[in-house]
Amino acid sequence: MTNLWTRCNNCQRILYKQDILDNLAVCPSCAFHFRISAEERLRMLFDDGAYEVLDDNLHAVDALHFVDTKPYVDRIAENEKRTGLAEAIVTARGTIGGVPVYILAMEFGFLGGSVASVVGEKIARACERALEDGLPVIIVSCSGGMRMQEGMLSLMQMAKSSAAIARLGKAKIPFISVLADPTTGGTTASFAMLGDINVAEPQALIGFAGPRVIEQTIKEKLPKGFQRSEFLLSHGMIDDIVERKNLKPYLVKALRLFLNRPQ
Amino acid sequence: MEKAAEFYTLEKGILALKDQIDALAETDDLDKKDRIAALRSEIEKEWARIVPQLTTVNIVQIARHPKRPYTLDYIAFLFQDFMEMHGDRRFADDPAIVAGLAFYKGRTVAVIGHQKGRTTRARIDRNFGQANPEGYRKALRVMLEAEKFGFPVITLIDTPGAYPGIGAEERGQAEAIAFNLKTISILKTPIINVVIGEGGSGGGLGIGFGDQTLMLEHSFYSVISPEGCAAILWKDQNAFEQAAENLGIRAATLLGFGIVDKIIPEPPGGAHIDPEQTFKNVDKHLYQALKKFEGKPVDELLDERYKKIRKLGVFEER
Repeated sequence: MTNLWTRCNNCQRILYKQDILDNLAVCPSCAFHFRISAEERLRMLFDDGAYEVLDDNLHAVDALHFVDTKPYVDRIAENEKRTGLAEAIVTARGTIGGVPVYILAMEFGFLGGSVASVVGEKIARACERALEDGLPVIIVSCSGGMRMQEGMLSLMQMAKSSAAIARLGKAKIPFISVLADPTTGGTTASFAMLGDINVAEPQALIGFAGPRVIEQTIKEKLPKGFQRSEFLLSHGMIDDIVERKNLKPYLVKALRLFLNRPQ
Repeated sequence: MEKAAEFYTLEKGILALKDQIDALAETDDLDKKDRIAALRSEIEKEWARIVPQLTTVNIVQIARHPKRPYTLDYIAFLFQDFMEMHGDRRFADDPAIVAGLAFYKGRTVAVIGHQKGRTTRARIDRNFGQANPEGYRKALRVMLEAEKFGFPVITLIDTPGAYPGIGAEERGQAEAIAFNLKTISILKTPIINVVIGEGGSGGGLGIGFGDQTLMLEHSFYSVISPEGCAAILWKDQNAFEQAAENLGIRAATLLGFGIVDKIIPEPPGGAHIDPEQTFKNVDKHLYQALKKFEGKPVDELLDERYKKIRKLGVFEER
């Protein structure tokens, strides 16, 4: 019985789970956008929910032999098992609104969507494929930032992904960044802010430093709505905020505009 | 603070010997040369005893040592006629990053580096070397000037990290760093980085990659501060030591991953014991690196830069 019902974290209302799922995981009462998995995201965006998964043979390596309260290798194994994914991003190719495109969707459920060697490599590979066949790239970010357990190897993925995106730009291939809740740390400070269009879902937490770190540094409570999509829009950091139900038509329109080159 | 005290105890013997040398140098002692040389070799011996015991925590302490040479110290010794360029032309000037043009062995170069303060007042003014978006945008502006005129870019990395503040977020800290990374990757002029102290995460990387990254032996470069990592993963500030050891932040580790291209040796006791020798060591390696990339056709330069960053990462295909 109980698992048929859930509470919205935003409006605190008790809701029938199926109603939320039927509504693209958006609260029917307050329009709060719940976090969704990479797979749900890709099914929502691609025509007929159909796409081809690429580069899913890449797996993390514990290069630093990192052990915090648990060994990194155990964390990877657990996350692989729980999500059924090899890493925190899924690369897919398909069409949206008939336009062939690469979409990379990040999986928050896999170690908080953290970026390490494999995620960086998959972004670089997707960009290189796109360079070869001239298709646009969309990345849907949902990530807490760089993964500590791969140390500097993670940090360098910021430079690697940004460099790959710079090459797309040189070849005049559109790159669209979609920012979902949450997008923070090095993810925001690299590929997620580098779109020809940066578009966010409503009320998503987006920023560089985490709110807790900022609070500890300045020793003050943060203003309401700080680092939410609406805050970023008003400060000029994103192009628009688009509700989940309108995201696909928005992306199709954007791609059509960008791909309509003067002859 | 007690963490820093730990390294002071370690270097006590060296400092005593150094004081003796300084005192001797002031005297008219006829055989002072020999005696100084003897003391120097004693410092070396003492240091050789300490080095193998240095923990990663000690490295962090040396890298953050309040007497460690900072960017402006390097600029004063290595370059001539430094002309500082202030401001991002958008909002403000950020004293946590200094940037400008200077002569380096006859050629004009752009120099950009994080700057910490030496006195309490200066530390506050420099925001402890933690840049705001304006700092990264000033760095970008100077890099684009360098590209325009074909001057090589030299960056000096020494920051605890980009500043986590309300204003920084309002003005797009993330965007400023992201845009720098993208621009650096295709900037049509050689870029040499030197990690001189703390390589603090995205705040370091925002001016911290290029054609060649050199790193002082006792500096560190990390995805997150050991304190931050301890708080998040261990939920315990006292796990600082484990965090530091696990993060793989030392020069030798980073050299092994190809993240750093060369380790610049520090004088016995660390850069702050003998700054002049440190500057000379940096000078030598910087010049070698610069010679390698100067005059390289731009296409080749950018191609190699991309390949260098492209191969970073460790993973498995199965």
